Amino acid sequence: MNWFNLVQTAIFLSALLLLVKPLGIYMALVYEGKPAGLNVWLAPVERWIYRLSFIKPDMSMSWKTYAAAVMLFNIIGIIVVYALQRLQAYLFLNPMSIPAVPPDLAFNTAVSFATNTNWQSYGGETTLSYLTQMLALTVQNFVSAATGMAILAALIRGFVQKQVETIGNFWVDLVRSTIYVLIPLALILSLILVSQGVVQTFKSSAKVALLQPTKDADGKIISEQTLALGPAASQVAIKQLGTNGGGFFNVNSAHPYENPTALSNFLETLAILLIPAALCYTFGFMVRDRRQGWAILAAMLIIFIPCLLSCIYFEQKGNPLFDRLGVDQNATALQPGGNMEGKEARFGVTSSAVWATATTAASNGSVNSMHDSYMPLGGLIPMWLMQLGEVIFGGVGSGLYGMIAFVIIAVFIAGLMIGRTPEYLGKKIESYEMKMASLMILIPPILVLVGTAVSVVLPQAKQAIFNPGTHGFSEILYAFSSTANNNGSAFAGLSTNNFFYNLTLGLVMFFARYWLVIPILAIAGSLSRKKVVPATQGTLPTHTPLFILFLVMVVLIVGALTFFPALALGPIVEHLMLGGG
Amino acid sequence: MFKEQIKPAILSFLILTIITGVLYPLVVTGIAKVFFPKQANGSLIYRNQKPIGSSLIGQPFDNPKYFWGRPSATSPVAFNASASSGSNLGPLNSALAETITNRIKLYKAADPNNTAPVPVDLVTSSASGLDPHISLAAAFYQISRVARHRNLSQDTVKKIVLQHTKGRLMAIIGEPVVNVLEVNLELDEYKK
Repeated sequence: MNWFNLVQTAIFLSALLLLVKPLGIYMALVYEGKPAGLNVWLAPVERWIYRLSFIKPDMSMSWKTYAAAVMLFNIIGIIVVYALQRLQAYLFLNPMSIPAVPPDLAFNTAVSFATNTNWQSYGGETTLSYLTQMLALTVQNFVSAATGMAILAALIRGFVQKQVETIGNFWVDLVRSTIYVLIPLALILSLILVSQGVVQTFKSSAKVALLQPTKDADGKIISEQTLALGPAASQVAIKQLGTNGGGFFNVNSAHPYENPTALSNFLETLAILLIPAALCYTFGFMVRDRRQGWAILAAMLIIFIPCLLSCIYFEQKGNPLFDRLGVDQNATALQPGGNMEGKEARFGVTSSAVWATATTAASNGSVNSMHDSYMPLGGLIPMWLMQLGEVIFGGVGSGLYGMIAFVIIAVFIAGLMIGRTPEYLGKKIESYEMKMASLMILIPPILVLVGTAVSVVLPQAKQAIFNPGTHGFSEILYAFSSTANNNGSAFAGLSTNNFFYNLTLGLVMFFARYWLVIPILAIAGSLSRKKVVPATQGTLPTHTPLFILFLVMVVLIVGALTFFPALALGPIVEHLMLGGG
Repeated sequence: MFKEQIKPAILSFLILTIITGVLYPLVVTGIAKVFFPKQANGSLIYRNQKPIGSSLIGQPFDNPKYFWGRPSATSPVAFNASASSGSNLGPLNSALAETITNRIKLYKAADPNNTAPVPVDLVTSSASGLDPHISLAAAFYQISRVARHRNLSQDTVKKIVLQHTKGRLMAIIGEPVVNVLEVNLELDEYKK
């Protein structure tokens, strides 16, 4: 750890916290349908969309109708993304003449983008035409994020409303999230990114001469370099803001054309956490008790900051193997040092580790360094943050509704301990809510552990491992942790572009997203129907440091107990082997 | 309940597709074309109207008179800018130790008098395989070799290196880096 590690981290967190309140208020006003500047200007567009799509904005839906609308919209998304990939060879905007994507990969990618996971089995610049990138991926980047935000808005209404059978209109929440929140932010960010050097063009590629011609593996002389270009900036902006994470290029935001400078990197990292963090404030604002929003954000930060610092610490400490080989990995004024395998020089250890922690705390999954090459414990942090259920910031909308499920569990446990009926924000928490919240907390770990267990015994699944030994086990564990929590980052050595992984990981992503959406909407519906219990002396306050700490413990104990055995077999053993030489 | 939602689902999907998948990228492309034409098209470097590289994409070098960049794990050739890739080698993988040992040997063979330990970014693969930069330590490590092969003074070479060094953003964020291709181009054009 050095001075620059800490100051860069502090600046990043301060910038994030400064933006939480203004954006949080803005989003709350948008969801409440109150004037907030932009939504006054763009109101005709909103009305026009409703008219053209036969949406009745005033009609509030029951939770079941809301869930049906969510599922219908998402299934249409999956079908369209699949079809575009299969047909891209016959369509336009395909300057590189890229052939149709094979069915298993197309299925995986379609589910991956509709579920806001953006797991990359495909290689961006080599697999997808520009038309597919735009009409399939960019669109899903917006609407899958907007879906998560809409569901959160419905859940919040569950707390706010009294004895109502409905939870809002999905189409309204979806359209408002897209046109008032995501598009304006993406537009601003993409233009700043272009100014930094992120490419945005419909030209296929540029050919440049090499200053010193080189030889390929067969000894053939290569004197030209083909630079893959494309409309990247517009996609990079939204994949960061919408916790999507699917890169335009294969190496995602490690590619200099996706993330060329310190400024672009700072803003892209900020964009990962911006909306999930601000939604905490939106929550507090809408339930008319802002302390509740800050309390949840505090709980997230209490887990996030130590993880962030540990990741930097282990990467900065570097690889003892390098020392033995006579490599200089000390941090000096002239170099950041540390474990630089799979990292870019312009980011060094700090910016890489901050990104790795942010992208896995949020369910973003974009990368600016290769997590597979992290030190064992440096790589454990991102893996474990995903395993916690993507509730430390988490996905836009989905992170907070996941965290609220944990709050429900925490309130219930606390209620049992002190012998009072559990309540949260004036609503009684009863067995129905508990059952639904438990489902949400159990499904992802089951998918992770069963998926990993099956894969390590099947020969065709084990063949995909790249790094030998215990690290190979970590690669599989990471893949299932990532997809079962809709993150999308990878220990990318594992070759997952084959039938087995495309199918299993695709199904895991599907269940992880939609099997959680339905219980949370059920909770929203059930809460909406309840009357508000006035707070008395016996009510457990849920904004105090004591409760925040209690919530943190619930999240950690569930996460730690569920995954410790698996982590012990992977990164922890590997770390011990590192010491033993 | 379910049937009534089919029409809004299909139509809103279509409209949002046009807004986010067509209009949005077109607007960004249009504005980029007007205000940032160079950056939007790949930050290409031209000599005599011919593109000879990009200031953001590294190129492979192994001639001792040039500065060498980060090792690249792209295939089938290093710095393949149409298929970016990292090595994904785990920290304990014996292949990583072997690769690094070989890279150290290359540096030692090219510059036997230099006994300093090799800076870590010169022997570890970059994440993208296209990293255009190296650290200042990595550049300074190579100055004696490049200067000798070009019959230039070390001070001259150092001056050129520093001209193509980018410091931290606001002196704090990111890491200071040297652009390898820009330095090598400048060295080729340098008149004594």
